[in-house]
Amino acid sequence: MGISYYPGCTLKLKAKNLEDSAMAAAAALDAEMQELPRWNCCGAVFSLADDNLLMHVAPVRDLIRVKEQGNDKVVTLCSMCYNTLARANNLVREDEEKRDTINRFMDEEPDYTGDVEVVHFLTWLRDDVGWDKVKAAVKKPLDGLKVAPYYGCTLTRPYDVAIDDQPENPAIMREFIEALGAECVEYTEQQTCCGSYQVLASPETALHDANKILGSAQGAGADVLALSCPLCEYNVGAQQRKLQENDPESPKVPTLYFTQLLAIALGLDEDALNLDLNQDAARELLKNKNYMAVSP
Amino acid sequence: MTIRITRKPSNSILVEKIREISGENPTICMQCGTCSAVCPTNDATGMTPRVAMQLAMLGLEEELARKTKPETCAACQACMVRCPRGLDVTKVMEALRLIALRDNINLITPEDIPAEDIQEMPAMALVAAFRKLTA
Repeated sequence: MGISYYPGCTLKLKAKNLEDSAMAAAAALDAEMQELPRWNCCGAVFSLADDNLLMHVAPVRDLIRVKEQGNDKVVTLCSMCYNTLARANNLVREDEEKRDTINRFMDEEPDYTGDVEVVHFLTWLRDDVGWDKVKAAVKKPLDGLKVAPYYGCTLTRPYDVAIDDQPENPAIMREFIEALGAECVEYTEQQTCCGSYQVLASPETALHDANKILGSAQGAGADVLALSCPLCEYNVGAQQRKLQENDPESPKVPTLYFTQLLAIALGLDEDALNLDLNQDAARELLKNKNYMAVSP
Repeated sequence: MTIRITRKPSNSILVEKIREISGENPTICMQCGTCSAVCPTNDATGMTPRVAMQLAMLGLEEELARKTKPETCAACQACMVRCPRGLDVTKVMEALRLIALRDNINLITPEDIPAEDIQEMPAMALVAAFRKLTA
């Protein structure tokens, strides 16, 4: 039995760099990720209404695909996919009445009981690969790199899907960063929401939150912010341009997906990173730090 | 506007609607304000979950929509994990949004989103916003 991999809507386009670096790193760690042959968008957000179960059908269908693939574990990379799939799974597992309603609605799929395990790539690294094996596989330790972990909201809230036993003081990103030989920078706003989809409805909120998060990380001396979510990357990464337009004194911190840091430390080449999809500041940082050869 | 506070809820229909949609009872709120303190949209928009809970308890639906902007909630669950009363404030905010959406009122207008934003934003931003904020 292998491990299924669920990419989600954004990882095939805007966040291909998150997927490419993760798959290259997994291969370098001798792991095989089997992409679900037929997946659908998870819906990005978990529905909080008790009286309408339709929104849960999309993530549940994805979990049924995992079983159809002959697996009982699925790995995700995008924080919002992780949150939506894990919570839908818990709902089906724990609420018999809702499970029956969802199963009756899906006439073409086999019934689902919540018996797939949904894990985030970081959890997979910690629990299945193990930090010792990650450390042993590191060829280019990220000596002297000050990495600020950014969890955002969906990796640790609500607590029943948190990727760390201590959701208010998580260690998993720190352990990851230290396994790569880098220094973990602790700062106040690592679990503050970036504004998420409110970038559409209330863009001032997203800019305000980005400013707060980046200011906190920069104040703590971060060289780079490590992310796991393409929407966080948009709000705290791409939107730095807008922050600068509004106020040239705004904080500036390069952003990389955590999987890109992993790929660099594993000694993979630039192709594995797909850096064209990052902000220019990320390329500049890597050029200055000399951890790998980076094209101009 | 003067708000008259009586011992019984002035509009239990709103509380009932919230309970039906979310399974949560906003009247257990004790107004400590922890939710507003941790809310990431509070600073920028004045979105205050504490006030929303109070107005919901009082059944002041219009005041609530005008003053507390439940449509600016990002569902980040920061309030929910910290509420000392165990109230899932995020679910109540979703119920408040849904009351408007089920009246066929869009909380964002897709046609007004600039084309360049759609071009640049990750697909998940659009999926998430449309699911949370359109009827």
